[in-house]
Amino acid sequence: MNLDDLAELAQGYRDEEAACTHELRVCMAASCQSSGAMPVFEALTAAANGAPAAGCKVKGVGCMGLCSAGPLVAVARPGDDLAASVLYRDVQVDDAAAIVAGADGAPVERLRCRTDQPFFARQQRIVLENSGVIDPDSLRGYVAAGGYAALVRALSEMRPAEVVQELVASGLRGRGGGGYPTGLKWSTVAKMPDAQKYVICNADEGDPGAFMDRAVLESDPHRVLEGMAIAAYAVGANKGYVYVRAEYPLAVERLTGAIRQATRAGFLGARVAETQFAFEVEIRLGAGAFVCGEETALMASIEGLRGQPRPRPPYPAEHGLWGHPTLINNVETFANVPPIITRGGRWFASIGTEKSKGTKVFALAGTIANTGLIEVPMGTTLRDIIEVIGGGVPGGKAVKAVQTGGPSGGCVPAEHLDNPVDYDSLKSLGTIMGSGGMIVMDETSDMVDVARYFMEFCMSESCGKCVPCRAGTAQMHGLLDRIARGHGTRADLALLENLCEVVQATSLCGLGQTAPTPVLSTLRYFRHEYERKLAEPSFAPGRGAGAA
Amino acid sequence: MPLQPDRPALPSDDKRWKLVNSTMRRHGYAGHALIETLHSVQGAFGYLDEPSLRFVAASLDVPLSKVYGVATFYHLFMLKPKGRHACVVCTGTACYIKGASGLIEAVQRRLGVSPSQTTADNRLSMLTARCVGACGLAPAVVLDGNMLGKQAPQDLLARIEELP
Repeated sequence: MNLDDLAELAQGYRDEEAACTHELRVCMAASCQSSGAMPVFEALTAAANGAPAAGCKVKGVGCMGLCSAGPLVAVARPGDDLAASVLYRDVQVDDAAAIVAGADGAPVERLRCRTDQPFFARQQRIVLENSGVIDPDSLRGYVAAGGYAALVRALSEMRPAEVVQELVASGLRGRGGGGYPTGLKWSTVAKMPDAQKYVICNADEGDPGAFMDRAVLESDPHRVLEGMAIAAYAVGANKGYVYVRAEYPLAVERLTGAIRQATRAGFLGARVAETQFAFEVEIRLGAGAFVCGEETALMASIEGLRGQPRPRPPYPAEHGLWGHPTLINNVETFANVPPIITRGGRWFASIGTEKSKGTKVFALAGTIANTGLIEVPMGTTLRDIIEVIGGGVPGGKAVKAVQTGGPSGGCVPAEHLDNPVDYDSLKSLGTIMGSGGMIVMDETSDMVDVARYFMEFCMSESCGKCVPCRAGTAQMHGLLDRIARGHGTRADLALLENLCEVVQATSLCGLGQTAPTPVLSTLRYFRHEYERKLAEPSFAPGRGAGAA
Repeated sequence: MPLQPDRPALPSDDKRWKLVNSTMRRHGYAGHALIETLHSVQGAFGYLDEPSLRFVAASLDVPLSKVYGVATFYHLFMLKPKGRHACVVCTGTACYIKGASGLIEAVQRRLGVSPSQTTADNRLSMLTARCVGACGLAPAVVLDGNMLGKQAPQDLLARIEELP
């Protein structure tokens, strides 16, 4: 198969879609489903079938981003993106008839959610370009939207080294949080002489407060598979695994379907796109262990062992799954690959900041008006994300801090909101990019309690292999608990700071090394709250007299 | 050519064992299929008991100690049966900030069960999850597999009362 064949196929699918005049796109991602998207989908289907003017097609699509306003329904012409559609929010079953009737004429104003508001207008969607537009269960929909063109292009027109070169030129960095240059990782694996190599997609999104990977897998699973196949071709692997959390049943279901469809259509399997290249993908389910997001623990888990990390080096690129060179990237990283191959590494490198290229998907949650999923160019300021796109804190309260990076990250206080978001500037603020969860806290949040919450998380998720992490997190949690309950002493605080340093410096893997970060960051910006707890045991910010 | 080791007989003629067996067969009875197999046992029976751990160990030719190690390492595997209904309260950061602990306390006060406990009449187990990825709908609860978003304690207790 060459690009012309694929283009012809895609055109055929587009013509089929164009048979209807309007699409009623119902968000069927997990979040909207739990707000009742399924009954809405059925009601719309019934209403569209009964409508006199035919030409409305009801289609289940992936995440449109504004989860707090779900269930969301978009009315659009086939092929239009989210911005060009009429979007309805908080749709109920009873609204179905009005929406179908309004598809051709005047939109239903009372349900309208404007797509020119900053939440939508300020985003730049690359990873999420198909999300909320195509049907995630349909390979045809993905191909019609230009899917698998990057894979066919790579296979028919590029040598593996050229694919790696394109990734290097793009400046893409790992989206799982570490920020390691993807092109460099690929070229290390590509250089290994072994005949057997593996590609692993890390979809063990364990950070509480992060749901980007879940949305990508639920909304556009073929994009991730295409990215993996391109990676496998570039590094010379023939077998891939997607390690996905068992807590995401819908993502697992869609991914399973996508693998089956892609294999049947010849985009995966023994002869990918009728070439000599073979690539097979298998899903492996996690079983609820946060530490398995760490790459060596993840590989142990795929091998059927307890998910305990091992020292690095050797890195997985040299000695990975069953001892073979292994490329591990995160879901969002793979999702960035197809557009880089189609549009070129230089195009990608033109977006973002000097050292952080492209866009980043963030999950906005906490006390913020617009909770949901957004994608913005690297270098957007936190203030823009929180106050403009996110709509600020509801009820006129002030932002106190923004937590990024989950249990490995820290809190950025309100006075630093004008900092641009990229790997390096977040690091200088004492936190990390992480996988992209952003939790907004208002003035009532108790920062000592937040630190205790994350330490409790790290303590129970510590795998127990190395002493600093196993014992250190328990000790730090005990100290934080004493301080938070007003029984702490100055000596406790000093010991806590001391332990932070030790655990950070001596733990085996990322979990332990970063476990003290939430404590260090809250101590850096909100030390007065710790001090106050020592002096006044009943102090709680935002409550009672202590609020002043 | 290595001899095919003898596979143990199915622990009972319960049809669900065939599901478990087919998972192992699909992976060629390889030791690395252990976690997949345990998932399938738990999917079929709801939890992992000692006979099932012994059966899996013998079938995959993996030491029982290793099977037990894996089963206890991962939070998702349960070694005790769950109640008829499962109420999973998400304790992710967003849910925590928006009052997940209030939900847990409310259930605790009404039904007298702490997280990972089951009521005496075996009607409901309360569990907690690290993050179910529904942060936009915090605080979230998964009641018998159905996601419930933006829960207040009264809402949740009412939903639990309605359960058969």
